[in-house]
This record gives sequence, C-alpha cells and structure tokens, in this order.
Amino acid sequence: MSILLDENSKVIVQGFTGQIGTFHATEMIEYGTNIVGGVTPGKGGTKHLDRPVFNTVKEAVAATGANASIVFVPPPFAADSIMEAADGGIKFCVAITDGIPSQDMIRVKRYMRRYKEEDKMVLTGPNCAGSISPGKCMMGIMPGHIYIPGPVGVVGRSGTLGYEAADQMREIGVGISSSIGIGGDPINGSAFVDHLQYFEEDPETKLVIMIGEIGGPQEVAAAEWAKDNMSKPVIGYIAGLTAPKGTRMGHAGAIISAVGDSAAEKVEILQECGVHVVPNPASFAPVVKEVMAKIG
Amino acid sequence: MDIHEYQAKEILAGYGVPIGAGGLAYSPEQASYRCSEIGGSVWVVKAQIHSGARGKAGGIKVCFSEDEVWSAADELLGKKLVTHQTGPKGKVCSRLYIEEGCNIDREIYLAFVLDRAAERVTVVASAEGGMEIEQLAVEKPESIVKISVEPAVGMQAFEARELAFALGLDKSQINQAVTTFLGCYRAMRDLDANMVEINPLVVSKEGKIIAVDAKMGFDDNALFRHPNISELRDKSQEDAREMRAADRGLSYVGLGGNIGCIINGAGLAMASMDMIMHAGGEPANFLDIGGGASAERTAKAFNLVLSDDSVECILVNIFAGINRCDWIADGVVQAVKQIDLKVPLVVRLSGTNVEEGRKIIKESGLPIISADTLQEAADKAVAAWKEATGK
Repeated sequence: MSILLDENSKVIVQGFTGQIGTFHATEMIEYGTNIVGGVTPGKGGTKHLDRPVFNTVKEAVAATGANASIVFVPPPFAADSIMEAADGGIKFCVAITDGIPSQDMIRVKRYMRRYKEEDKMVLTGPNCAGSISPGKCMMGIMPGHIYIPGPVGVVGRSGTLGYEAADQMREIGVGISSSIGIGGDPINGSAFVDHLQYFEEDPETKLVIMIGEIGGPQEVAAAEWAKDNMSKPVIGYIAGLTAPKGTRMGHAGAIISAVGDSAAEKVEILQECGVHVVPNPASFAPVVKEVMAKIG
Repeated sequence: MDIHEYQAKEILAGYGVPIGAGGLAYSPEQASYRCSEIGGSVWVVKAQIHSGARGKAGGIKVCFSEDEVWSAADELLGKKLVTHQTGPKGKVCSRLYIEEGCNIDREIYLAFVLDRAAERVTVVASAEGGMEIEQLAVEKPESIVKISVEPAVGMQAFEARELAFALGLDKSQINQAVTTFLGCYRAMRDLDANMVEINPLVVSKEGKIIAVDAKMGFDDNALFRHPNISELRDKSQEDAREMRAADRGLSYVGLGGNIGCIINGAGLAMASMDMIMHAGGEPANFLDIGGGASAERTAKAFNLVLSDDSVECILVNIFAGINRCDWIADGVVQAVKQIDLKVPLVVRLSGTNVEEGRKIIKESGLPIISADTLQEAADKAVAAWKEATGK
C-alpha cells in the first residue's frame, strides 16, 4: 500500500506540451507512471509523447478514465487549471507550479469546498516537487531512483529536503511507502495534518517523517493532531533555525511574521506533542533506525 | 513588495478611505510650500521609508510653523533611520510626506492580513490603537477583534458594521467606519495586497475618522497583473545585493556570517545554514540557485556570494533533482577559474549524475574540498573556515 498515488493512478499532465511539461512527463513515463494523456487548450486531437492531447480536463477524463493530474501550467493560469481538475473529476492533483498568487489559492481552496465529500479532490502543492510511491507511481520532478519502497511515509514542504531524507533511508536500506510534497507556499492545497491522517490509515506505513520549516501554523496543527490520534511514531524536522524574523527565505511561505512561526517555537511544541524532532537534517537515518528498533 | 505611506494613502483614498490633506516633498522648500497648500497651523513631517516604528526613530515630527517644517525636512532628508524593522543598517529617507495635524480623540488599530490558518483574508482590529499588534497580542489580547472574510462573496457591510460596533464607535461614526473597512478590503482584494495596516485609525475630536498612517504590502507573485503597482517600487529601500540576485533569477538573503552558501532548494538552503550553525560556524547568506541551474547561473551565484566582503569560505550543497550534478560541477569549475577564488571551497554533490559531477570536480585539479553527505559538508566547511582564518 501507499497513499494517494499508486499503480492504479491514471495520470494526465496539465500543461503537457510545454517545455517543462514535456521534460517531466518524459521522466515520469520512463519511471513507469501511467501517463494516459495531457491537456493543452487548443491542441486537442493531437498526440504528444505518443499520448492523446485534450482541450479540457473533462474530455481527458471521459476518454482515458484519468483519476490524477499533475499541473505544470504557468503561474498566471495555474489556479484556473487546478479548479478545472477539481471540476473535471480528478481525485488527486499535484500542482508543481511555483509563483501562484496567494489570493488565487484562496479562491482555489474556497472553490474545492463545493463538492460532496466523496467527489472532493486532494490537492498537494503548489510550489512542490511532487509525490512518489516508489516502484508504483511518480508524479513530480524528483530523481526517482533515490526512492526505494518500504515502511516510511514522508511528508514535507521542501523538495530537496525530501530527497535528502529519501537518500538517507536508501543508505540504511529502509524504504518509503509514499513521499508527499505539500509545497512552500503560504496557502497550499493540503496540510501536514491531512497526510498524517492518510499515513495513519495506510497499513504499509510504520512511521512518518514530517519535514517542516519556518512560517505558518501547519506543523504545529499536525503535531497536535498526532498527539491525540496517531498510533505511529512521527519524526520531525523544522528548517530555518538561523532565519531572521520578517525575511522571506526563498519559499513564499517561509517567513517568520507571527508568534509561533519560528523554528525554535515549532520544535518546542512538536516535542511537547511527542514528535521525535531530529536536531539536524543529517540525522534522519539514525533516528529512524532507533525508532524502528523500538517498534520492531 | 512594500510601498511608502503616501503611496498607500493615495491608493486607499481612491477606495473611499478618509485621509488628511497632505503632499509629498523632496526638499525643505517643497515641504514648507506644502504647508501653505494644506493650510491650518499644525503639520506633521513624516519620513517616507519602508518601515514601521518611524516615530521612535525620530522620523515623524510635529511642527507648528513653516520654519519648523523647513528645519525638520532639512534634518530628515538624506538621514538614515534605524528602526527595529530596518535592522542595524537602517534605511535612508529621501522623500517626505507633509500632512495636516489632527486632534486625536481615539486611536484604533486596523489590519487586513492573509490568514494562513483560515486560508482567507482576516480583519484584525483593536480599540487600543497606537501600539503594535505583537504588543497588543501580549498585553491586551481581549481587545483584539477578528473577522475572517468569506472569499466567494467578499466582505459584507454587516461585517464591517459588526466590527465598527465592536470597536465601540459612536453611531455617528459607523457609516464612515464601514466605508473605511470595506474600502481597505476592496483595495486588498483588487490589487493582490497581502497586507493593509492602518495604525492608527484615528477618531478626531471633531468626530471624523481618519487613516493617520497606512501601510500596504503586495504579493510579489501577483505583480504580473498589476503594472501600476510595480511602478510604485522604490529600489532605494531595498537591499542592493538581494535585488541584483532577484534580477538574475536567484533567491538571496544576506545574513552577516562568514560562510557563503550556494544551495539548490529553499528547504535545503535553510537546513544547510542550520547545519553550519550546529557545526560552530555562521552562514553569510541564504542562496537558492533554483532548479535547472546552468554553469552560467552557478558562476553568477559565486560572484554574488563573494560580493559580500565578510565571506571567508564557501559551501556549495546540491541535491540534484531537475538539476544535474555534472552541470553544476562544470559551473563550479568555470567560476573558480574565472574569479581566482581566494577562500576555501567545499562542494557536496548528490542526486542526478552525481558520479559524473564528482569526477569533474576531482579532475579539475582545483583545490576544492569534496564532501559526500550533508553532515560532512557542514563539518568540512566550518573546519576549512577555521583553518583559513585562524578563528
């Protein structure tokens, strides 16, 4: 098992025929992801990478039975594409695009609430490296070969820190059930807490690594939820101990602007909630080993 | 992107927010002439810098004659003001806003913010104006009123009324307040602001509501659709090095330590800085070279990091996903040859095409210290810095 994406995912690429879409679609196909087609308005009826191109998500879903989508559409139009996916019957959407205006994301989140629970789409990102269930499905821009299948769930804001964790797991021969990127934006599709819930329900996942950073309330909200609801151990890291207040550190959401936003404050609350906080991101491997030894 | 008080006021006035009479001045002569334009007998000379807490830094002067205004303007123009928001470097004042004085009866705090927990625009207000919100949150949390606005329909008049009554405004002031609140909200929504703060919103002794200060910040990601807002950018208020980095597609923040960092990915960049600190060093900067980094961009990153004189060692840490280690390695080798690097350099490569990348570094014959893991990279960088500087 794994969460959100697996061998049954039928994936369409929104922004399929663009340079970035083409490059990463090729990589995903090579990895073995079942890419069933793509959407580029105005290019419907043509073929790209030997797969059909559609004008709209609805047409793509009707023709291919797609249930997942990955968005490479440029920032001014990306929010629109995400809403189109939600309305077109897509169940899991990964938005890679970096630079979507915050108020567009507020509209996206509001729009996604209109569907019945069973019809709702799960959105991860934007501004993320995507997600992967090793050996089953890769929807993202990560180096797929560093991920081996296994019992560790990973959820994080940062792409490269996710790679770092995966690489350390591979070094000690421990694999990953799914690695989910939620992205570095202030308003994102889904939060840490959503994915902790999915991992808690996934029988293959034995423990979860949560990679957070400065800014926003989502790491703390997840830890507080985990304290009362999670049977599986959570290993946490918060990047940005040295970040000064009020300065954006690359990610649009990585800024200390309110009480509780700093790494030190988050680490303290995570520890109070029983999360195993690693002192630095080079220590995922030893701490995972230690925790796995305890849970057998 | 931040703008000046006078610019924010001009925008908000267009949305019906009441402001006092005032005008811009670039010289003491213009400042004193503004007095005769504005009329009255009390004027406030306000330094226009991108920072709050200007009053405490001496950037706001109340004057009772045109001569006083002239002198205040003469003193403030060209002066560097240091507030807790500008950092020790301060910001230079090159524009003044001259405004009519007002008889303050009450001060209210009002702000519209992007609320990350609610994922909406939230209005934060308090009847205890004049203080900063952090201070209010600690000292008078019960005085803070919050309304989060339903994004599908926007702020409604009843919500603005509820807020006005909650702030204890008189019934003769309610309509003015509603116009003010709705105006701020509409400005925020229409222009993709991520913050509108009016502190204080004043009730004058004559019973009028006036925005005495105004601050607006805009979502950089939305500037593509607001050229009229981009035009308000004042580059003199921004860090020159950070600006140059942004123009080259690099995300850079200067931090004051000695170990320069060139990293891919914001998360890994922050983490590498944390690791340097753990190893006993101090990072000089945050720098994310981003995905698809070419040899050319790597060279630009080197030049940028080295333009900070306090850099005494450089750490390159790349975990290549979209990037390829061989491209980065080529860029590093080229850059080192071009710029005649005088400080120690530690390079850690991992991910896509790592073997090819490490080979290029090794075969270059350059004195580059290689590291395989994140831990090793931080340790070696700090050790090399200590060895080179004797610290």
